[in-house]
Formats: sequence, C-alpha cells, structure tokens
Amino acid sequence: MVAKFDQNDDGVVVIIGSGAGGGTLGNELAQKGINVVILEAGQRHEYEDFINDEWASFSQLAWTDNRTTSGSWRVAKNFPNLPAWIVKAVGGSTTHWAGASLRFQAHEFKTLTTYGHVPGANLLDWPITLAEMEPYYARAEEKMGVTRTGNRPGLPGNNNFKVLKAGADKLGYKECHTGNMAINSIERDNRNSCQQTGFCFQGCKWGAKWSTLYTEIPKGEATGKLEVRPQSHVLRIEHDASGKVTGVVYADKDGKEQRQKARVVAVAGNSIESPRILLNSHSAMFPDGLANSSGQVGRNYMRHMTGSVYGVFEKPVHMYRGTTMAGIIRDEARFDPSRGFVGGYEMETLSLGLPFMAAFLDPGAWGREFTSALDGYSNMAGMWLVGEDMPQETNRITLSSFKDKYGMPVADVHFDDHPNDIAMRNYAYKQGMALYESVGAIRTFPTPPYPSTHNLGTNRMSENARDGVVNKHGQTHDIKNLFVSDGSQFTSGGAENPTLTIVSLAIRQAEFIAEQMRTKTI
Amino acid sequence: MSDHNHGHNHADTHHHAHPAKPGFSRRTFLRRSSEITLAAAITITAGGALLNESEAWALEVKALKPETMKTLILMARDIYPHDKVPDRFYAIAVKAYDAKAAADPQFKSMLETGIAGLDTAAGAGGYVGVAWEAQRVALLHQISSTPMFETVRSGLVVSLYNQQELWPIFGYEGESYSKGGYIHRGFDDIDWL
Repeated sequence: MVAKFDQNDDGVVVIIGSGAGGGTLGNELAQKGINVVILEAGQRHEYEDFINDEWASFSQLAWTDNRTTSGSWRVAKNFPNLPAWIVKAVGGSTTHWAGASLRFQAHEFKTLTTYGHVPGANLLDWPITLAEMEPYYARAEEKMGVTRTGNRPGLPGNNNFKVLKAGADKLGYKECHTGNMAINSIERDNRNSCQQTGFCFQGCKWGAKWSTLYTEIPKGEATGKLEVRPQSHVLRIEHDASGKVTGVVYADKDGKEQRQKARVVAVAGNSIESPRILLNSHSAMFPDGLANSSGQVGRNYMRHMTGSVYGVFEKPVHMYRGTTMAGIIRDEARFDPSRGFVGGYEMETLSLGLPFMAAFLDPGAWGREFTSALDGYSNMAGMWLVGEDMPQETNRITLSSFKDKYGMPVADVHFDDHPNDIAMRNYAYKQGMALYESVGAIRTFPTPPYPSTHNLGTNRMSENARDGVVNKHGQTHDIKNLFVSDGSQFTSGGAENPTLTIVSLAIRQAEFIAEQMRTKTI
Repeated sequence: MSDHNHGHNHADTHHHAHPAKPGFSRRTFLRRSSEITLAAAITITAGGALLNESEAWALEVKALKPETMKTLILMARDIYPHDKVPDRFYAIAVKAYDAKAAADPQFKSMLETGIAGLDTAAGAGGYVGVAWEAQRVALLHQISSTPMFETVRSGLVVSLYNQQELWPIFGYEGESYSKGGYIHRGFDDIDWL
C-alpha cells in the first residue's frame, strides 16, 4: 500500500530528490517506520519506458531546465546552458549513471593532511574517515549488488574492455578488471542480469543496473511509509521564528504552489539544485540563504577532473556493444605527487553512440579532420578519465539573474580549472593515448570534458561550522532539522565515481535521523 | 545534451526527403561526373523544389529560396564531409532550417543574408560554383564566427548524425534491447588483439 500524506502533516520527513541520496534515504527511513514524502521535480518513467536512442533518451530523462554558466571551462563555451548532464526523473541520475561503484581511498578523506596546502585550493579533511565508512560501504555494496564484492562475480569483458586490458598489459598496469559495478552479473534482488545491451546512460531497460527507481523506491513504498510525489519542483524551504525548518514550498505539475509541512527536511537535489534551493530560501532571519552562516553554500563546486581518450584502430572494435563502463584501470588512482599533481584518477571504459560522439568528440569542430575521426567510429575504442579535482571557493553555484517558469532564479555554474586539474588531465591524456597506441591505434583523440555528470561539494561537510555547511551526518551546522543527503556533502571528490559514497552516506544518515527523531532531538 | 541548445527536439530529424515524383523533366537531370561536386547533382525545378535524380529524391522548399537550400546542402557537406554519405542525408539535415524559416522571419533573414554573403565572397557562380572543397572551406572559415554559421553547424551536428538510416554507414547498430542486447550478438567478438 503506497502511502499518501496530508500536506499539513508536520510529522513527516520531506526529502527533496529521489536519486542516489534521496531515494536511498527515503527507503532506509521508511524501513525504520518513519513517514517520508519525497518531492521529485521530474516525472516517473518505469524502466520498460527507457529508450535505446541517445537524443530521444536525453529528451526523456535529462535535466534541461535552463541554467547559466561562467568561468574558463570549455563547457561554458560549448554548452552554455547545459553545465551538467544529470537527470530530472524519479530515480534521479541513478537512471542514467554507468554503475561504477568504488570506495574512496583512506587518504581521500584527508586531503588537507595528505596533500598539504595547495595554492588556490580550499582543501579540508572530511570529518569522517574510511574506517568509519567501511561498514556503510559494505551495506551499500550489498544493497546495490556491486560486482566483485560480497562474492558476486564480475561482469564479462566486452570488446572495449579487451582493448583496454591489452593496452594495460602493454603499459604494465596491474589493476585492470571489469570493474566494481552495481549491475547484476547474475540475477539478483528480483532483477535481471546484464544482457550487454549498451545504452547504460539511457536507463537500463532490463533493470539490471541498480537505480533507486526500481529498488529503493518501490521497497520503501511497500512499507506504506513512503510517498513519492513526482513533478514537484521545490522552490524554497520555510522556517519558523526559532530557525527550525517547517516545510517545503513546491510547484506542482500545473505550476501551482503547494506547501508540504515537515518535521525534518533533507535536500538531495544534486550539487547544483541543492545549493540553489538553500540560497533561494533566504529570509529576514537568514538573508544569505539557509544553513549559510559559513558562506560556503554553493562554493567548492567540484565536477571531477575528466576527459576521454578515443583511439581508432585498423580493425573493428564496436565499443558500444555491451556494458558501457565495465572496465577499469586503478593504478593511477594512487597518491603520487611525482607525477606533477596531487590526487589520482581512474581510467574506465566509455563509449558513446554515433549521435553523441558527433556532438562531444570535439564540440564545435568541423571539417575533414573531425569527420574522418567519425568515419572510424566502428574501429574506435574509448576510455573515460576521472580524477580528483581541487575544491576552490570561487567555483560555485549562485542564483542567476535569469528566472525559470516559476519565477525562481536559475542556477549559475561558475568553474575554472585549477592548475592541478590541468596537470592531471594532461598526464592522463598522455597515458590514455599511449595505452591505445601500444595496441596499434592509428589515431587517438584527447577529448574534452563533457557537461558534468559528477557534481559535488557545494554543501560540504566540515568539523567546524565556519568551514562548511554540514556535519559528519549531513546535518546542517545551522539548522538541526535540515539535512543534506547528496554529493554536495562531499568535502573532496576523490578519484572515484561518487554514487557508492552517496548511498553509503545516506544509509548512515538514516540511522542518525531515526535516532535523533526517537530521542526527540529533532 | 544539446549543442548550443539546438536539437532538443530530436524527433524533427527523423524525416525523410520525399521520393522523387515521376514526371520531373529529364532536362533537369544533371549527370554526376568527376568534375562536379556532389551537391551540383541537385537541380532546381520550375516549381522551386530541389531534385536529385540520381539519388531519387526531391525536396520541397517552403520559405527559403531554392538556391539558398541548395547552397545549404553543399555547405552542410563541407562542414561535415563524409564521402560515403549521399546528399539526401544532408538535405534532410538542413530541411528543418526551411521549416524554421517559414515560422521565424528573423531566422529566415539571417540565413538568406548569410548565404548571400557567402555567395558574394565566392565570386561569379556563387558558393556552389567553387569547384574545390578546400576553397569552399576557406570561405567558410571566413564566416565561422558568425551567428549564421554557428547556427547551421550546431544544428547540423544533431540533425545530420541523428538520422537512424545514416548509422549503418558508420557501423553503428543503434537500438539493441529488442534484439536481446549483444550478449549473444558479439559484445566480446574482437579477434585481432
């Protein structure tokens, strides 16, 4: 029985967003008997509705509401109104993610201690350690069915992986396998196993890839304690004279304002929307927005150092066949400043279909140099380079002077690469190109970052209230019944794809919220 | 993810050019030969449509001058040249500009003015009269920072490459779910490593 709560019910936990953070938190709380309303801006599309077509799927799932950009990053030039490729739908970006599920390394929770002062970077240690996270990582891996954990077998390697592996062997890399993937290598949790269909980014039509859409959310709904309200676009969070939050105002599918009262509010709208909502909730009491006494809301925006390398070979690869990201080399993820940068990066298989390859191989390029690369499409192999980027105070989400259809200021995303990001990217390009050349690539292409898929850090965790927005439980330093539950909590980005850490933090946060509610602390 | 916000409506790009109707005069047929560019195989009928008899398609032009459409088709090929791709795919790719021009006078004016400028810069015979691709590309580089060029290019990157019928030319197989994915269809069939 799916719950339906009254809008004046002030005993519910309201979660904004239904992705990795919000969807997981909602189910975890519901399982503990707590009443939850999830407000999701997007529509609900079940997995059989997903589309094996890049642009059509983009129209179905992507967050295409207007945003603005500034800064020296190339995305601002090529995609000025599309800084991020994330999802507006029930399940959030867990519909679109590739499934790579990696734990952070111990030192990545201690970047200031490990890296020391890096000029221009606003480094800070997390108020939490790997040791504290390990039990939650294990629970998240179990929940998500991550391959090569808990005795679950790995996925088989596709053609793109085989090219990567051959190159890894040539270059002497030691840790190369088909990844720790939240994609079923065997039937599990009443879900199919991977059928090597490709189109992981377009939503898995088999349901083999973990997504809150068809795991956490229906499980939570089955308790009778969770209501998911799609097409509910949050405008602001309200508070009382004591400074406690009391409810959430949102626009429904007809654009009409609605108000859901709340005992606790958890913000999980991804690192662009979450600070946008907090900033837009400014009041006489909180003129700079909610939970912003530190001035850090919206700052330290991270998007991972990214780039791709594609190689064209003499013979066919058909890289798009099979699981998109089931292939990884982890050797470069280590901390080794002798390479000329702090932090590390992962090398992961990646493919785009022809339509997206044309749009993203070298945005804006034209003429024969560009089109002859596409002529080699079927002989192409691809990898994604994803590494830790530096938190910088000036990389930030602010409220733009442009407003959306509800009259709410859109988010402006400002980003400049840090010199460390650039040094890492150039090094990673060199390694990726050398890898493909070692197995016979005729041409290689160092491809610039796509619109951001890993948006992090804009409501970061800190030990001290002056340095960040939330504490080690994701509870805001300023308002005890207001939480942040998505990747915007990240104090640093690590080299790893962030979803596993977001899910682990949500499991941990649910325990804390339940305990605080039980003891009437909130 | 759209390039400069073009192509949000991907469905627009799945149109086909109309098949050539019988009855077009043989006199309009221009045989393709090594001396002429591909797009020069396109002729303009008395009714103002574009006809490519060798590829058996015709394209009605609604708002733009037929000459402008013809130039746009060649310009599209020069921007994204693929020798294996027939003209009809480029014609389909630029067809949406004619439709948009019909609805948006400002857009129409930008295209007509832009193409007229390109023709003027090309000299007698206009852009389509310039025989070598490299010479036409040099003309395009001169206008590559104009809104007209960027509008045409950024729209094309979606409207050309998002045609499903084009994908096999590049060895891209498209949708695979209905075929059961690739688990039994070669996801790991690489044999040359």
